[in-house]
Amino acid sequence: MREGSRDPETPKSGEQRVKLYQTGTHVVGNRLLPPEQRTVQARMDRSNTLTSGHRACQGCGEALGARYALDAAMRAADGNLVAANATGCLEVFSTPFPESSWQLPWIHSLFGNAPAVASGMAAGLKALGRSDTRVVGQGGDGGTVDIGFACLSGMFERNDDVLFICYDNEAYMNTGVQRSGATPPAARTATTKPLGEHAGNVFGKGKNAPLIAMAHEIPYVATATVAELRDLESKVERATRMRGARYIHVFVPCPLGWGAASRDTIRIARLVKESGLFPVFEAVDGEVTSVSKIRRAVPVVEYLKLQRRYAHLFGENPREDVIEAIQAIADRNIRRFDLLATAEEGADLPGEATDAADLPKSQPGIAGRTEQESNLMRLLAETHRGSQ
Amino acid sequence: MLSQIEGSKAVAEAVARCRPQVIGAYPISPQTHIVEHLSDLVRLEELRDCEYMMVESEFAAMSACIGASAVGARAYTATASQGLLYMVEALYNASGLGLPIVMTVANRAIGAPINIWNDHSDSMSQRDSGWIQLYAESNQEALDLHIQAFRIAEELALPVMVCMDGFILTHAFEEVDLPGAEQVDAFLPRYEPQQLLDPGDPVTIGAMVGPEAFTEVKYLMHAKQMLALDLVPRTATEFAEHFGRHSGGLVRGYRAEDAETIVVALGSVLGTVEDIVDELRDEGVSIGALGIKCFRPYPLDEVREALAGAKRIVVLEKAFAVGAGGIVGQNVRLALSGQAAQVFDVVAGLGGRPITRDSLRALLADVRADRLETGRLHFLDLDTDRVERELARMRAGERPGPHAENMIRDLGIVAARSH
Repeated sequence: MREGSRDPETPKSGEQRVKLYQTGTHVVGNRLLPPEQRTVQARMDRSNTLTSGHRACQGCGEALGARYALDAAMRAADGNLVAANATGCLEVFSTPFPESSWQLPWIHSLFGNAPAVASGMAAGLKALGRSDTRVVGQGGDGGTVDIGFACLSGMFERNDDVLFICYDNEAYMNTGVQRSGATPPAARTATTKPLGEHAGNVFGKGKNAPLIAMAHEIPYVATATVAELRDLESKVERATRMRGARYIHVFVPCPLGWGAASRDTIRIARLVKESGLFPVFEAVDGEVTSVSKIRRAVPVVEYLKLQRRYAHLFGENPREDVIEAIQAIADRNIRRFDLLATAEEGADLPGEATDAADLPKSQPGIAGRTEQESNLMRLLAETHRGSQ
Repeated sequence: MLSQIEGSKAVAEAVARCRPQVIGAYPISPQTHIVEHLSDLVRLEELRDCEYMMVESEFAAMSACIGASAVGARAYTATASQGLLYMVEALYNASGLGLPIVMTVANRAIGAPINIWNDHSDSMSQRDSGWIQLYAESNQEALDLHIQAFRIAEELALPVMVCMDGFILTHAFEEVDLPGAEQVDAFLPRYEPQQLLDPGDPVTIGAMVGPEAFTEVKYLMHAKQMLALDLVPRTATEFAEHFGRHSGGLVRGYRAEDAETIVVALGSVLGTVEDIVDELRDEGVSIGALGIKCFRPYPLDEVREALAGAKRIVVLEKAFAVGAGGIVGQNVRLALSGQAAQVFDVVAGLGGRPITRDSLRALLADVRADRLETGRLHFLDLDTDRVERELARMRAGERPGPHAENMIRDLGIVAARSH
C-alpha cells in the first residue's frame, strides 16, 4: 500500500502528515495503532539521537538500526540517556571531529571495553544518586561477541544496570570485512575467501551471543532486524524501562561487506528472519517468552542469492551441499524456536506473515486487540497484497 | 591517629577518606589486601555512596573507572604486575581522555618467568602512558600520596599512579598516622569534573582525531604533565600545612648537598640506602642519596640541581630496558647533560631479590675505588656462573629446554628462596 492510496488527514498547521508504518510485514498508518504502539520515528518530538550528516554508507543497516534503537531508548528514558560506544563503523562514521552525529552524551573509549565503560557509568551514576539517567552501551559484532566479550559477560554476570545493543553485520567491516565470531558459515570475508576447496567461512563455528546472554539469566534478551523497525523500537523501549543487564542483538545488513545492493538492506533483513536463519525473539530471565513467527518459511537461497558474499555457492559449479547445510541451520532454528505460525496464529491469512505474529506478544494491548482492530489489520493485509 | 597496621590497610583507609564513588576491584598479588579492605569498608558502610565493582579483569577495572569518571564520579582502582599490563590499552585511554583516575600500583615483577615478588618492571613499563607516577618510600608516604594524588589528578584532569613496593610496603605492619575524615575533607575538595557526560548538556567524548589535530592533543598531555611539575611540590607543601608532615614532592635529597657520591633510587629501597649513607658518613665518606618521588612528569631541573656537585652517581633501579640499559639511569643522564659526573647504572632487587646492606656497601666500595665501569649495565649480586652454564647448554646445540627451569634446577633447591 502506498501512502497516496489512502486519504491522509489534512495536516494542521505545524503538524507532520501521518506516515505509514511497517508493522511486521504490513504497512499501516501510524494513527491506526494504539498510542502506546505508535512509532518513535513518526513523532515530531523524536530526538534524532544519531542525526543526519554522518558518513555511513548508503543502505547501512547499522546506521538505521542505531537511529531507531537510540531514539526509542531516548523516548523511554525521557531524554535522560548516556551512551558508551565501542570502536567500529558506528563510532567512526558518526564522529569525524569536529563533526558529531550524537545528540546525546556519548563516549568512545576502546574497541573491547564498551560494556565495562557502560558498567562504570551506571555505577558512577548510582553513586551520585542519578540512577534516573539510563545507560546504553553499543557496538558491532566484533566489539561485542569477540574482543568485548569478557567485559560483556562480566556486565551480564553482575547484572549491571546497562542496556547493551549489538549491531551485528557479521564481520569486521570497519577494517575491511574480515571474519568475526559472528560470521555465518560459507560467507566470504577478506579472511575466509572461497579459495581452493574452501567454501567461505567454516561450518560449526561462531558464537550465538543472544543465547549466551540468556545463559547468564539476565532480565532481558531480544533479537531484532532492521526489517521490522517497529519491533526493534518496542524491544528497545521495553528494555530501557527495565533495570539490570539487558541485551538486544540487531541484525544489520552491510551492503559494502556483503556485496548487496543498498536498496536491498531491508529486504535481506526480512529474508534472514523469514528463512529462519535469524530467529527473532525475546527472552526474560533466561527463558524465551515470545518469538516472531514466520508465515511461510522462505528457502535460504532467496536470502543468500542477494549477497555476493555467497556468490561462490552458485555460479558454474553450485555448491548445493553447502546450501543444503545452510538450509539445515534454518530448519533447525525453525524447530528449535518454533518459528512457524499456526492457523490460530494467523497462518491462514494472506500475505507473507501476519501482524499478530510479527508484533511482540508481550506488548500490552496487542493480545487484547478488539475485533474491529483485527478486522482492520486483516483488511490492511489483504490490501497490501492486492497492491503488489 | 597513630595505628600499627598493614601498609595495604593504611592505603585502603586513606583511599576511603578520599571518598571514591566507584572502585573497580580485581584481585592480584600483592595488591589484593587493599581492595579487600575497601570491600569491608563499603560493606560496613564506613565508606558510603560508593559502588564497589567486582569486575572480571584489570582491563574492565580501568574501563569501569573510565566510564565512572566520565559521568562525574571519583574513581579508584589498584593493581600490580600482569594486571597493569592487562589494562595497558585502557591506561593510555584514560590519560588521553584526561580522566582523573587514581590507581595504586603495588609494584611487582613481570613474567615470564612468573614471579609475584617486588621490583619496578610493571610501573616502569608504563612510564610513558601519560599517567603521573608517584613513588612511595614508606607506608606513611604511600598513605599520604593517595590523598595528594586525588587532588593532583582532579586539578589537572590527568590520572595518577601511586607506586608502592609490593610486599615490602603493602604487607609490612608499620605505625602510620591516619588522618581523620574531616582533615581529608578540608584538604581534598569535591570532584568537579572538567568534562562530563550529562544529558542536560550532551557532549561527545572520544571522537576520532586525525593528523590535523592529533599532535596538539598529544602535546596538551605533555603540557599538563609539565604543569604537574609545579603542582606536585605545591600539593606536597599544602599537604604539610594541613597534616603537619612532609610527604611526596618531586625529589628528596638525603645528606646530598656536598656529597661526592650520590645514590639515586625510587621507593622503599631508599630506607636501606639512607642507612648506608649514615654508616659511610660516620666513616668519613662523602656520600648522599637522592630519592625521585615523582618519576612522571620527570623533574629534570630538580634532579640536575640535586646532582650538580656530585662526582659519582649510582643509579640503583629495580627494572631495566632489556637490550638497552637502565631506565632511571637514562633519565638521570638527561639531567646531567653537559656535566662531567660518572654515572653507574645498577639493577638490583629484581623479582624480589633482597638488596642487602652488605651488597650495597660492596657496590659503593667498588664505585669509590674506580673498580666499576661506567657506560654499562651492572646487576647487583648477579650469579654469572649460572648464566654461563645456560649459555653453554645453548651452545652445545641440543635442545636445552626452558631456560628458567634449567637455571632453577642448577640451583638445586625445591622452592624459590625469597631471601
